Amino acid sequence: MNKILLIIQREYLTRVRKKSFWIASIVVPFLIAGVYAIPLYFILNSNDTKTVEIVDESGLFKNRIISDKDIVYQFVNQPFEQAKKGLLKSDADILVDIPKDIITDPNGVKMVGKKSIGMGTQMDIQGAIQNELRNIKLERANIDLKVLEDNKVSVNAETYTLQEDGKEQSSNSIGAMILAGVFGMILYISALLYGSQVMNGVIEEKSNRIIEVMISSVRPFQLMMGKIIGVGLVGITQFLLWGVLTFTASTATTKLMSGKIEEKVQSMQKTGKSQDEIIKFKKELKDKNPLSGISQTIENISLAKIIFCFLFFYIGGYLIYSSLFAAIGSAVENASEAQQFMFPVTIPIILSFVLGQVIIQEPDSQLAFWASMFPLTSPIDMMVRLPFGVPNWQIALSLTLLILGFLGTTWLAGKVYRVGILMYGKKPSWKEIAKWVFYKG
Amino acid sequence: MSNILEAQHVVKKYAGHTALNDVSIEVPKGSIFGLLGPNGAGKTSLIRIINQITAPDEGQIILNGEKLQPKHIEDIGYLPEERGLYKKMKVGEQLLYLAQLKGMKKAEALEKLKKWFIKFDIKDWWDKNVEDLSKGMQQKTQFIATIVHEPKLIILDEPFSGFDPINANLLKDEILELKERGTTIIFSTHRMESVEELCDHIALINKSQVVLHGAKKEVKNRFKDNSYMIEFKGNLPNEHGLFEIINTYTLEDGITKAHIRNTQDLPVNQLIGNLIQQVELKAFNENIPSFNEIFIKVVGGEANELL
Repeated sequence: MNKILLIIQREYLTRVRKKSFWIASIVVPFLIAGVYAIPLYFILNSNDTKTVEIVDESGLFKNRIISDKDIVYQFVNQPFEQAKKGLLKSDADILVDIPKDIITDPNGVKMVGKKSIGMGTQMDIQGAIQNELRNIKLERANIDLKVLEDNKVSVNAETYTLQEDGKEQSSNSIGAMILAGVFGMILYISALLYGSQVMNGVIEEKSNRIIEVMISSVRPFQLMMGKIIGVGLVGITQFLLWGVLTFTASTATTKLMSGKIEEKVQSMQKTGKSQDEIIKFKKELKDKNPLSGISQTIENISLAKIIFCFLFFYIGGYLIYSSLFAAIGSAVENASEAQQFMFPVTIPIILSFVLGQVIIQEPDSQLAFWASMFPLTSPIDMMVRLPFGVPNWQIALSLTLLILGFLGTTWLAGKVYRVGILMYGKKPSWKEIAKWVFYKG
Repeated sequence: MSNILEAQHVVKKYAGHTALNDVSIEVPKGSIFGLLGPNGAGKTSLIRIINQITAPDEGQIILNGEKLQPKHIEDIGYLPEERGLYKKMKVGEQLLYLAQLKGMKKAEALEKLKKWFIKFDIKDWWDKNVEDLSKGMQQKTQFIATIVHEPKLIILDEPFSGFDPINANLLKDEILELKERGTTIIFSTHRMESVEELCDHIALINKSQVVLHGAKKEVKNRFKDNSYMIEFKGNLPNEHGLFEIINTYTLEDGITKAHIRNTQDLPVNQLIGNLIQQVELKAFNENIPSFNEIFIKVVGGEANELL
């Protein structure tokens, strides 16, 4: 028993000490934080401060359209054509012409830019004019703006799922989808990544010819399981590092961003943007932020249940696939020979990932149910279903099948491994590998 | 002398062929035991069974009077024919790992390893990566891994294959030193000169069966053909019919060498007396067959029969 610990220790330490492990552990969280921060950054900083000259032929807007931190408005007392000629020499980026009959024909506004005018900037300028035009019209109709502002109401619907015990629980289907996608992705990547690490480890021992020394000291099954567990722990370490670093990096970004978001909101309020627009802006931020919504979903399903299931399905799925990969590694002598044998093992992994995409759309379908029961697909597909809520009996059944599944595959893999590691020379056929299972001692 | 190892009627079958067919050998304690045989005879199969890498289909192995069981792994040191090391690991770390897998405590292993590093004068290798070692250096490392836990029985499968003469000599010296300390050594080999030099006992396996087994001297005696190598000056007529001349060779200074067979089973003294009367005898040696000859005779003879 002590020996398997020694093997786990070696397998773990040799991998964790590698530079590539640390590079991957550090680079990935920053990539994730980047994916999360870059859209926010662009929303907030899409337009540097632009200077906009306005030729106000109607004479209605002076002192009404107010500069903010994104756009500085300057009113010019020149005819539009003349101002247009002067634009290239002036500091201004954009020239806007508000026609005389703007009240009756709001479509007559013209914009000329030094460079092409960005969508955001165009919307901002249009919004500012539109807003003021509306205010002017309301004033002319003798409607008190204050009264209007006070009567503004906004309706935001929240969705709930009815629980079995009659309680309502708020559901956030976007959060659930994202969480499902993340689970599917993690399990998919780790089955392939760490599974093939196990396989390469076995091939290495075989091609190094250390294997016979090893199995004269430990049982082949101990060696195989030690390797599988050691590499598995490497995977868990990596995910923990990724988790902690991603969380830290994202929190830091959020902190950095939240100040800017406040500023933006305030400037929006100052420029008289309507409440609707501010809500829209906040929603846009929220949609672009994958972390909000997820936390809501996690609260709904209970964190403990998620962690429990994740660990169980992660470990179960990993054990099933890595033992199959170990068996493949034992049967071949180099990585290129392994390709042919890997195919049948990678198919169910890819299949369950593809099924996962379908299941996200219909988490309660027949397909979803069976995919989350079958041990080769259940690790990924049950985790994909989980954020949408899965009855406990189904989880229990799936876990039971998973345990039987990995007992079966490790037994099978152990049989093949034991014979395979000592076979050199000719590349075996599937038929021969099948025969190894029945070899004695 | 009691036996450290006994194989009793061991049978091992693989799909389609029998690797070991009713193989029995006895390895006396403290001996150097040569396991001989052509390629594919079943030597490695037997060695793997002794190392508990595989199990026999029938028969059993007795180690130190006990049926072979997992705890015996620590009593055996094994250097396989196909030997290797983890390339990316440091030499010291790797040896420590292998020693611990053989049941040694870390501190004890560290102490023993240090002694070996000093003995082989390789102290500065400890932190080197195995892949940076030359082949000869790796062989030394593998040898240390085989014996560091001070096993009672050491099994070396083709130990000299791939060794340069210097390392081969070093290995030979170490084998003899281990024997001095009471360790039993089994080695399988093709190199008959090392068998002559080192072994006290041999077993010759051919086609999955033991065809020859016993103490070196006794086996050789069995193959003696009552012939002698003589060197002399003068002409050697064979008028008495007391012996048969198998071969003659002319050496320098008018000396002739001849291989003669004592066909009449005369006492040696009488044969010599007879020779002295005819020629000036310079040397007289009993022709003891080499293991090379025995090997070819036994293995090749059988092959010829089959042809």
